[in-house]
Amino acid sequence: MGETILSVKDLHVSFQTYNGIVKAVRGVSFDLKEGETLAIVGESGSGKSVTAKAVMQLLPKETTRVEKGSILYQDEDLLTFHRKEMQKVRGREISMVFQDPMTSLNPTMKIGKQIMEGLRKHHQLSKKEAYDRAKELLELVGISNADARMKAYPHQFSGGMRQRVVIAMALACHPRVLIADEPTTALDVTIQAQILDLMKEIQEKTNTSIIIITHDLGVVANMADRVAVMYAGEIVETGTLEEMFYEPRHPYTWGLLQSMPQLHQNRDIPLMPIPGSPPDVSSLHDGCPFAPRCPYVMSVCHSHLPDYTQISETHTVTCWLEDHRAPEVERPYRPDSGYRGKSTTVGG
Amino acid sequence: MARYIFQRIGYMAVTLLIIITITFFLMQLLPGTPFNNPEKLTDQQLELLNEKYGLDRPLIFQYFTYVGNLLKGDLGTSFQFSGRSVTEIIFERIGPSALIGGQAVFFGAIVGFFLGIISALRHNTIFDYGSVTIAVLGMSIPSFVFGALLQYYIGVKWGILPAALWKSYEYSILPSIALSVMVIATVARFIRSEMLEVLGQDYVVTARAKGISEFVVITFHVVRNALIPVITVLGPLAVSIMTGTLVIEKIFAVPGLGEQFTLSILVNDYSVILGITLFYSALFILIVFVVDILYGIIDPRISLGGGKRDAA
Repeated sequence: MGETILSVKDLHVSFQTYNGIVKAVRGVSFDLKEGETLAIVGESGSGKSVTAKAVMQLLPKETTRVEKGSILYQDEDLLTFHRKEMQKVRGREISMVFQDPMTSLNPTMKIGKQIMEGLRKHHQLSKKEAYDRAKELLELVGISNADARMKAYPHQFSGGMRQRVVIAMALACHPRVLIADEPTTALDVTIQAQILDLMKEIQEKTNTSIIIITHDLGVVANMADRVAVMYAGEIVETGTLEEMFYEPRHPYTWGLLQSMPQLHQNRDIPLMPIPGSPPDVSSLHDGCPFAPRCPYVMSVCHSHLPDYTQISETHTVTCWLEDHRAPEVERPYRPDSGYRGKSTTVGG
Repeated sequence: MARYIFQRIGYMAVTLLIIITITFFLMQLLPGTPFNNPEKLTDQQLELLNEKYGLDRPLIFQYFTYVGNLLKGDLGTSFQFSGRSVTEIIFERIGPSALIGGQAVFFGAIVGFFLGIISALRHNTIFDYGSVTIAVLGMSIPSFVFGALLQYYIGVKWGILPAALWKSYEYSILPSIALSVMVIATVARFIRSEMLEVLGQDYVVTARAKGISEFVVITFHVVRNALIPVITVLGPLAVSIMTGTLVIEKIFAVPGLGEQFTLSILVNDYSVILGITLFYSALFILIVFVVDILYGIIDPRISLGGGKRDAA
C-alpha cells in the first residue's frame, strides 16, 4: 500500500430544502492510499453517496453547499478547482460507477460512443484510436464480441452487462481513484459476485484505489482493506477490515454486525435488528446522533458529541464508552477473539 | 421494415376512404345547393345543371362515381368557379398558406427551442419565469389578438410592414409572426418540461462524471433525449398551421387555403370541400407516419413493425 492519494478532511455538506437546511454530511474525514480499497458503510440516508458526489463535485449546485472542509487529491484541494479544472479531474483522475446500471447509461447513444467520449476528451485520441481503446476496455470487462457490441444501445444489454460497460467507461482513462456507489445493489446475487471479482481483478492490474460505498457487509468483507462506518452524516468508526469485523468498538457497528446472518450461526438465535430508525438529519440535537437508538446510552450522549478516540494506529471511534469516566459495559465483541457474540467485560 | 411501411400505407388508404365517405354524406346535410340563388333559376335550368353535374342521380351512385374518379387522381371540378379543377384550386391556394405557415413553424420552433432550453437550464430564475410567462400567454391568447396588435402597431402606427393583403414577400411577415406565437409557446413548454426531466436522469450524472464539457453533456445527452416527445407535437402542429388557418388568413387578407375552405363551405361547393378535406387528411396522416419513422431513428429503443428485436 502506497502513499495517501485522496484525503478528505472535516467535510460538511448541506442541502437547501423547503423545510430548511439539511446537514447531510457533518465533519467526515478519511484517507485513501494508493491501491487500497476503502469501504464506506451505513444505512440509507447516512450521507455515503453525498460524500462521494462531493468528492466528484457532482452535487446539484443550486441546492447544495460544501460548508467546510477540504478534499485533497495529490495535495491539491479539489474544492478550490474551477469548473474546467474539475472536468479534467473527473474521469481521468477520479472516476465513478453508479448504483443503477439500468438508468446510468444514455439510452439514445451507442455504447461505443459513450465509452469513447471520455477518452477523446482526456487523451485527445483520434476516432480510430479511441475506438480501438474502447474495444479493448469492453474485452477487459469481459464483454465478448466487442466489435459488434460497440454499436449496440444500452437497452440491448442485461443489467450485469450494463454495469460492466459502466465500469469500462469509468476505467477508460486509467483513473487513480475509482468511486463505486453501491455498484452491485441493483444486480442479482450471482452477477454481484462477478462484478466485485471484476473490480478486484482490475485493481490488481492497474493499482487503482477504490472507494466502495455499500450497505452490504458481505461486499465489505469481500472487497475492503479498510472500513469507515457512517451514521447520520458522520463517520462513527473506522479501521482495518479485521479490526472492524473482530474488534468493533462502536455500538452502531455492533448493531450492524449483529443484524447480519452468518452461515455457522445457530438458526434458533434470531437476528438482532437495531431498534428505531435513522434520525432525520434536518432536526439533530447536540449530542451523539445514535444516542436515541443506542442500548448503552448515557446521559452525556444526549448533550455532547463524543470526540475521536484512537484505538490503534488505524482504528478510531467516536463514542463516550471510550472515555475513562464511562462505566463498564458488556461488550459483544472481545478484542482478543474473532468469535462473535461472546460477551466480555471491558473496564473503563 | 419494408413490410411495416406497406402495412402502414394500407392503413393510411383505409383511413382516407373512411374520411371521404363520412365527409361525403355529412356534406349532404348542409342546407342549400351548390348553385347560387337557386330561386332565380327556372326548374328547367336547375334540372339541366343537376344533370350536368350528376346531382340528379342517386346519392350512392354519386358516391361511387366520386371514389372512382378519385382513384384515377381526379378530384372533380368546382361548382363555384366553373371549369376549374379542384386540384388546380388547391395548388393555387396552398402557396400563401404554406409560406406563412412554414415561416411560422420554422421561426417558432427555433425561438421556442432556445427559450425552452434556457428556461430549463436556468430553472427557477428570472429567465425561467420569463419564458414560462411567454409560453402561457402564447398558449392562452388567440393568435388573432396578436394579429390585430401587429397590424395596428407595426402595420399602421409605425408603418414598418404592410398590414394586410398579398402582393410581395413583405406581406407574409406579419401573419407569420402572428401564427408563430402559438408554435413558440408549445415548443418552449414541451422542451422545458422534457429537459427538466432528462436533467434529473442518472445518465446525465454519468456523463458529467466522465469529465466531458457541460456543452457536450447538454447537447448530446440532454437535448437529444428531450427532443423525442417534441417531435410528436411539432409534426401535426406544422400540418395544421401550414395548410392554412382561417382566422389569420381572413385578418391579413391572405388568399390561402383556409380562406378558400370556409368560402366553399358557405356556398356548398361540394367537390372543393371534399378535395380540401382529403388533402388535409392525407397530409396529416403522412406527417404522423413520418414522425413515427423519425421516432425509430432518434430513439433506438423503439423498433418499428415488430421486426427483429435484439434480446436484452
